Amino acid sequence: MICSPIYPLRAAAGSHFLRRCMSTNAPITKLQKNLLAVSSAFGAFFDPSRQDMIATLGETTGSIFLSRLRDDMLRDPVGRRILKERPVVNSKTIDITYLRSLPEGAFGKEYTKFLDMEKVTPDSRVKVQFIYDEELAYVMQRYRESHDFFHTLTNLPTNIEGELALKWFELVQTGLPMTFLSSMFGPLLLPSKERTRLFCKYVPWAIQCGSQSKLLMNVYYEECWNRNIDEMRKELGLYLLT
Amino acid sequence: MYWDKKGYSFRNFPPGVLPGTDEITGRKLLYDKEDLTENRSLGRKKRDIPNVSSYCFNELHMFLRIKSCASHFKKSTFRGFTSTTYRLHEKTSNHEAETHFGFKSVPESMKETLVGQVFSNVASKYDVMNDAMSLGIHRLWKDHFIRAMAPGPGTKLLDVAGGTGDIAMRFLNYCKEIHGDNSAQVTLLDINPHMLNVGKKRFSMTPYEKTSQVTFEVGNAEDLSSIPSNSYDAYTISFGIRNCTRIDRVLDEAYRVLRPGGRFMCLEFGNVQNPAIAPLYKMYSFQIIPVIGQLVAADRDSYQYLVESIQQFPSQDRFAEMVKNAGFTVVGDGWENLTFGIAAIHSGFKL
Repeated sequence: MICSPIYPLRAAAGSHFLRRCMSTNAPITKLQKNLLAVSSAFGAFFDPSRQDMIATLGETTGSIFLSRLRDDMLRDPVGRRILKERPVVNSKTIDITYLRSLPEGAFGKEYTKFLDMEKVTPDSRVKVQFIYDEELAYVMQRYRESHDFFHTLTNLPTNIEGELALKWFELVQTGLPMTFLSSMFGPLLLPSKERTRLFCKYVPWAIQCGSQSKLLMNVYYEECWNRNIDEMRKELGLYLLT
Repeated sequence: MYWDKKGYSFRNFPPGVLPGTDEITGRKLLYDKEDLTENRSLGRKKRDIPNVSSYCFNELHMFLRIKSCASHFKKSTFRGFTSTTYRLHEKTSNHEAETHFGFKSVPESMKETLVGQVFSNVASKYDVMNDAMSLGIHRLWKDHFIRAMAPGPGTKLLDVAGGTGDIAMRFLNYCKEIHGDNSAQVTLLDINPHMLNVGKKRFSMTPYEKTSQVTFEVGNAEDLSSIPSNSYDAYTISFGIRNCTRIDRVLDEAYRVLRPGGRFMCLEFGNVQNPAIAPLYKMYSFQIIPVIGQLVAADRDSYQYLVESIQQFPSQDRFAEMVKNAGFTVVGDGWENLTFGIAAIHSGFKL
């Protein structure tokens, strides 16, 4: 038999070990990364409901832009704290029933209203697979998880128009290539009337608001549940679309 | 020694020996040997250690031991280094019997669970992925397999690891079309209920749903105790045996349940010996197939396991030896290569 590497795994209990055994150790090679980037771009374009294609596109095209985003986070004290503490957003770490009990106008309450309206849960995000630096993988994960918070803050709906407007917003803020590709090619999925409306109304707002507001990745959302959302928007420099 | 710009890969040196620096933050990094893989590149950077001198000393010590061991290895490729590295580690790990799961080493008791998870994950997209990965050629293999078997009328077939029912379907179609026979029986056995459900769904769309020619059973190929001995005319296992933990047990059970004169047939991936095709096939399996898995089934890990398990499976002649050792009488070599050895049909008779 060929001399293939066999390496023992540390014996750890239960499902964590199972999950570690299941996920392969082999990182993707350059060829695979390029293939995945191109094919996931096409996959995401022709079937926008496939979240994992968009996620893969983001991860394979991240490279230096993700590092720049991480550095932008490092420049801000709250961003530094987020990178150090690495909070995770999922249904276990967020107490949705408590958030529902908050008064109207609180950020937590608005967030649960958004979740209920769109019928999504905080668990619906794809895990980061193809980024091999721990910190950058966390930045990507945080970016994905904060997407719902961006929706809450900007009050954009989750139809294609709203998502594209938010992508333009994220493009201006984060500069990730995936946002750039979605912003450029996503509007082709819209019918022409909506497309003109997107470019006349939403995109100028996104560019203006995105550039003047604080980097939304630097907000520690888990500490903001009680805060009034309008006050938060003012502090961050966000203004809503009329 | 150098780390490339991305910090992902290294060249020429055994891993974990010398520290590198993260290009962007300037922090010194070391990485864990456990995350090394077949692909010669870095798995994950695990630790930032500001003072590396003592760690380096230990690593250097290990490196020197590795270097001296490496000379015992015939292959002094990169793979040779990692194999030695991990042989040194294996002695200190726990003593439960270990087997391979792709290129990983897992306790034997876990392999079944892990394989079960893999197939539960891929079950819904299994047939689509088979077509995508083999470019439809798997259909030709399976057709040829059944024609090689050439079952007579009234044959009772046990199709182990039958899963989505490709072989069972072709068997029944063959008997019906060639012999005009409706008395052939097939028992579709699989350890994974999800795969079996996909098989049931497929059969429900064929006329065989009305007849009682096909029965579905959940069972483990290594332990067919619910099946009486000498009860089947033919036994097939198609692309399933490499996922079993103990192949010898599977073969023994196959021998037991077949009646005297019965035929054991196994369709499985094999070693490609052709020197022109082998590197192309290897590149295709390791580079393209996991990518297709990620795109079609959103599951690269399962398909990485698939291609690694193909590498780990014994070659055609070794497997033919195992078939003979189980008591089967083998005609000629006992195996027939398909598509340059990418797949192979093994056959044995219980006489």
